Amino acid sequence: MAFKVVVNFDLCESNAICMDVAPELFEVRDDDFLYVLQDTPADDLREKAEAAADRCPKQAITLEDLASQQ
Amino acid sequence: MTSSVVIVGASLAASRCAAALRRGGHDGAITVINAEAHLPYDRPPLSKQFLSGEWDADRLPLLKPEQLTEFEIDWRMQTTATALDVDTRTVTLDDGSTVQGDHVVIATGAAPRRLPGTEGIAGVHLLRTLDDSTGLREELAARPNASVVVVGAGFIGAEVAATAATAGHRVTIVEAAAVPMERGLGAEMGAFCGSLHADHGVDLRLSTGVTGVRAGADGRIAAVELSDGTELVADVLVVGIGVVPSTAWLDGSGLTLDDGVVCNAHCEAAPGIHAAGDVARWPNERFGEVMRVEHWDNAVEQGIHVAKRILGEATEPFAPIPWFWSDQYEHKIQLAGRPKAGDLVEIVTGSMEERRFAAIYGDGERLTGVFGLNRPRHVMQYRRKLAEGVSWADALHFAEEARSGS
Ligand SMILES: Cc1cc2nc3c(=O)[nH]c(=O)nc-3n(C[C@H](O)[C@H](O)[C@H](O)COP(=O)(O)OP(=O)(O)OC[C@H]3O[C@@H](n4cnc5c(N)ncnc54)[C@H](O)[C@@H]3O)c2cc1C
Ligand code: SF4
Repeated sequence: MAFKVVVNFDLCESNAICMDVAPELFEVRDDDFLYVLQDTPADDLREKAEAAADRCPKQAITLEDLASQQ
Repeated sequence: MTSSVVIVGASLAASRCAAALRRGGHDGAITVINAEAHLPYDRPPLSKQFLSGEWDADRLPLLKPEQLTEFEIDWRMQTTATALDVDTRTVTLDDGSTVQGDHVVIATGAAPRRLPGTEGIAGVHLLRTLDDSTGLREELAARPNASVVVVGAGFIGAEVAATAATAGHRVTIVEAAAVPMERGLGAEMGAFCGSLHADHGVDLRLSTGVTGVRAGADGRIAAVELSDGTELVADVLVVGIGVVPSTAWLDGSGLTLDDGVVCNAHCEAAPGIHAAGDVARWPNERFGEVMRVEHWDNAVEQGIHVAKRILGEATEPFAPIPWFWSDQYEHKIQLAGRPKAGDLVEIVTGSMEERRFAAIYGDGERLTGVFGLNRPRHVMQYRRKLAEGVSWADALHFAEEARSGS
């Protein structure tokens, strides 16, 4: 099922844990901000995205299913 | 896979383990024994945003409503495990019933130490559960400008002090050691963290013990007596003197208990029985050290690792790089690695004075840790270096290059 990666930037504190888990999806750059590299990634990245969401200490990452909207 | 799993404890390690089991295709029964009356919730905000009143309890759940439905977990709420039969993997519950599983996951975490002599005195608080935090929050809100005494300058004590001071209370921290958090941070960074309290008018009394507490006629805490002979007025007393792993229910089970459930390098305590989170002690082969880690990230990683073991996926030993954060006042403190007392410490970016820096630790041979104050990105950078197992010389060289390159 297609999905979207949503980061709540009010919660995110740029500690880059997600980048460690899924560097394809997340990058904390020199400006100390987190960038989502692909917000609707291919399905085979879902597991990594879920692992990143589980590991985010601020619970800032959510995955939304897109199927119902398509 | 249709084996059954019984998870004892219903917090962070348990939730992440159950989620990873379902995602990994486990379709057998998952039963979770939950001593508390709440579904799994996140503890870090209990000394921070929830305690301050900024967040309400609806921000705390660890599992989203759709996950609760999807995962089909058999929750045994307000039920305590009282015994484990290791051979048959049968858990006895406090209602007298039993649950048997092909796998048992011990995720009972840890519980705070009490300060002797405080039993039954109103206004004395421990902080571990949502109910604890709710009680403290209500009391602080009802007593503006209260005299708050915090015993213990560890992370919980420091965070409670920060939250209470920010809310306008008069806060004193009493710490028996000469340097706060020396075991985790080393002398230099421990002392530095202690110095942050003075910036905010919090009185930190080091090398000072509590010799007694005095209650008023109303049965409420009134004063705390210190080893230097002084007495502190206390409207509220918060005790943060460490935790003890919750293993009493395993006494006599035959499992090895030694400040935690002793496991092998795969977090296995006996065939089909794993432990994860604050309760687990295991040899972390990366550090050549048997450790028990009381950090959020460890409970998550270990819970997931145990799930993968049950799914038959994890073949490597569990050898993470410990990492934690602590939010105090406006500061974000982070530490990765396992620095030892006496390690060299080198500031690699920023400075203590500007309250924004990162420092690395090394034993002369290898990089052993990184500490960051308001420098999350640098902490993660060196965490990766720790994962690579770089030498101290290479870490210093990397720091030098980063400095001249930017
Ligand atoms: C106030 C506070 C703030 C924190 N802040 C941070 C932070 O900023 N950064 C960080 O890295 N870490 C932080 N931590 C630590 C982190 O929350 C813990 O490492 C984590 O909760 C450990 O999870 P766990 O699942 O192993 O155990 P726990 O969260 O301790 O949960 C164990 C559960 O098992 C239950 N239980 C115990 N015995 C039984 C039994 N016999 N039968 C059934 N159930 C039982 C308990 O009631 C409890 O609900 C904080 C902790 C607290 C308390
Ligand atoms: S792990 Fe969470 S808090 Fe950390 S950078 Fe990623 S989204 Fe932000």
